[in-house]
Amino acid sequence: MILIEALQALLLLAGVAFFLVVGTIGILRFPDVYTRVHALTKADNLGLGLIVFGLLLGADSVPVALKLLLIWGLALIASATAGYLVARAARRRGVRPWKARNWENG
Amino acid sequence: MTWLLETVALLLLVTLVLGLIRIWRGPTIADRMLAAQLFGTTGVGLLLVLAELQQIAALRDVALVLALLAVMAVLAFVARVWRRDPENSADEDPPA
Repeated sequence: MILIEALQALLLLAGVAFFLVVGTIGILRFPDVYTRVHALTKADNLGLGLIVFGLLLGADSVPVALKLLLIWGLALIASATAGYLVARAARRRGVRPWKARNWENG
Repeated sequence: MTWLLETVALLLLVTLVLGLIRIWRGPTIADRMLAAQLFGTTGVGLLLVLAELQQIAALRDVALVLALLAVMAVLAFVARVWRRDPENSADEDPPA
């Protein structure tokens, strides 16, 4: 029991750390749309996945666990689709990918 | 376990607040929209944690709907707002 709780704590904290470090720092520090899409989708998929798996260990019943997995599955499909669409729209609009040499110009 | 769930919920809120900085700074509306999508996912995680913390099962349904609406917002944005039209440069903020 204590082992399950420890594992749950580990998964939850890892998920939050993923949201904080990868998602937020990535979205704040990365230079252009494409890199931000990259950071965002990773935070969506893995951060939410870790939190869901942490909560899954403490789920009361099988339907609750299945609903948690369903929510995560929806978020997986959603963020993958949205990331692709935003990146494609940016490319079609002619947003140029960031290169190190135009750092000063943004 | 309660303190852990509370800590997790609080840190997710911190993530939301930090995401606001990106919405504030832009520079394009696509960046703002991406931060809004991060809001959606973080909100889903927050609702799931709160459902466990407060034993309110309905919050899981709210999380499901929020996950759906967040992607709908991005889809509508890409399909309707951020299309390819070179004349419309309204998405770039004027230099501050």
